[in-house]
Amino acid sequence: MLTILFDGIAYGMLLFILAVGLAVTMGLMNFINLAHGAFAMVGGYITVLLMQRAGVPFIVCLPIAFVGTALLGAIAERTLYRPLYRRPHLDQVLFSIGLVLMSVAAVDYFVGSTQQILQLPDWLKGRTEIGEGAWTLGMGHYRLFIIAVCALVTVLLQWVLSRTRFGSRLRASVDDQRVAAGMGINVNVVFLSTFAVGSGLAGLGGALGSEVLGLDPTFPLKYMIYFLIVVAVGGTSSITGPLLAALLLGIADVAGKYYIPKMGAFIVYTLMIAILLWRPQGLFVRQGGKA
Amino acid sequence: MTGNGAQASLLRASRVKKWEPVFWLLAFAVPVVMPSEALIVNEIAIVALFAVSLDLVLGYSGIVSLGHAAFFGLGAYTAALFCKHVSPDPHMGLLVSMGAAAVLGFAASFTVLRGSDLTRLMVTLGLALILLELANKFDDITGGTDGIQGLVFSPVLGKFEFDLAGRVASYYSLAVLLALFIIARRIVHSPFGATLEAIRDNRLRAMAIGIPVHARLIAVYTIAAAMAGAAGALFTQTSGFSSLDVFEFHRSADLMLMLVVGGTGWLYGGVVGAIVFKLLQDFLSSQTPQYWSFWLGLFLVVLVLVGRDRLLKPWTWFKR
Repeated sequence: MLTILFDGIAYGMLLFILAVGLAVTMGLMNFINLAHGAFAMVGGYITVLLMQRAGVPFIVCLPIAFVGTALLGAIAERTLYRPLYRRPHLDQVLFSIGLVLMSVAAVDYFVGSTQQILQLPDWLKGRTEIGEGAWTLGMGHYRLFIIAVCALVTVLLQWVLSRTRFGSRLRASVDDQRVAAGMGINVNVVFLSTFAVGSGLAGLGGALGSEVLGLDPTFPLKYMIYFLIVVAVGGTSSITGPLLAALLLGIADVAGKYYIPKMGAFIVYTLMIAILLWRPQGLFVRQGGKA
Repeated sequence: MTGNGAQASLLRASRVKKWEPVFWLLAFAVPVVMPSEALIVNEIAIVALFAVSLDLVLGYSGIVSLGHAAFFGLGAYTAALFCKHVSPDPHMGLLVSMGAAAVLGFAASFTVLRGSDLTRLMVTLGLALILLELANKFDDITGGTDGIQGLVFSPVLGKFEFDLAGRVASYYSLAVLLALFIIARRIVHSPFGATLEAIRDNRLRAMAIGIPVHARLIAVYTIAAAMAGAAGALFTQTSGFSSLDVFEFHRSADLMLMLVVGGTGWLYGGVVGAIVFKLLQDFLSSQTPQYWSFWLGLFLVVLVLVGRDRLLKPWTWFKR
């Protein structure tokens, strides 16, 4: 049972890293971006291909995946996304679905549609067990590593958001773009860097998660709904909301699949609809900000 | 009197245009003139019905839905199960499917009343996925991933047997499309339809002038669900099977694309979009069977960047 909880937390942390960029960009720009998973997929493929074809060690691949996707995100923001911020949501949905379809077909074309296998380094394989009987806690080393990395990133994000000048600019822009711009904050730069970091984090998540979630060209479609659940349930105004939502989702998903395999994802979707009916703006809404 | 003027303009909008009968006559002529195209006419008629149903929700009421396939799928499975267990009569099956989809639509309508666009997207998408999961897991009823196959329906109107060339199927689908289209046309040009547009354009103001917003949205969502259910039933009845594919996300996404290509808030938009989309799909997938979704994606991106309303008017492309 503890093992399930542990796996659920690892899964949830991973989802959080994947989705936090989406939460921030959605809150900041009110842009419904269904193509976020495409960036995660890019990160995953960068890692897998670098390891397979160039023999780069796994631990070096992670920062490369982050930087590579962040750059891609920055370019996409500047050229494609920016003209669409003020357009209706329907346009944004169509546009991002188009991007997803393109990325799926492009990866299929260049790399092939087979599932990619990530060769973990030896020090991440293996498993430690603590306790006994019903309370055995089995911890896969790789999942432990995921939790550690994600926790580190979360703390770092929280620190940047709450303690640095950039963080206060970002929060100001989320609360009210126009006033923030009037106070002399260059909102465009804030948008650009936030989008880039968010995409980079998705890339990092994709790199970390390709072993757990599986990596093939349909990745953005398969996990789109999970990212969106995290954002919709967690709300977009802070990063604690998505964090708790991601943990809840991760644990519910793993436990649901373990105890009632027949119902599987059914539980997650039902839970999501119930939560959204109860609180349409998400579970955690900060008062005072502009919706 | 301004009242008379307003009434006249409303009536003018609802009058049957000269080209409309021509359009439908052409549609009905195609399976006779080009018998080899009957199958694709059938497909187009089904997705056109589906698109018109989404137009009622999206174009006229402004509810962004990514899960309209839920009703299509429910209709498809209801028709299949009805044929298998109760009666092979297609007309009864169609009505039962519409009823089932309407019940689901009525229940689901309460989930789209509140919240932002994102919430609605998630809830509608979630509903379609829940049904997909259910259809997958309860494989003793639905056949799981195999779907329900080998259905044989009794002849339409007791006379016309479903043939392999799809002639009867195409006429059956076209007839149902026309009937439901006329109903939809009547609805959107009625005062009821006008209140829907008012809700879409400004919900707060609509509420302030005394339009019962929630009741109207529930009603239109239920009607649209029933129409989508009819499309699903036609799909099953003309193809003879029903599989998990009917609930898939790409079905809802394709549908939205069709509607947008043809233009939202205009019933013919759904029909025109369905024709363009199906022909395009047919062409592209014969050129690049595996990667045609890339071109579809590119088309979507360009469509949005250029502007949905401008794509069909090339002369406005370079103006600000």
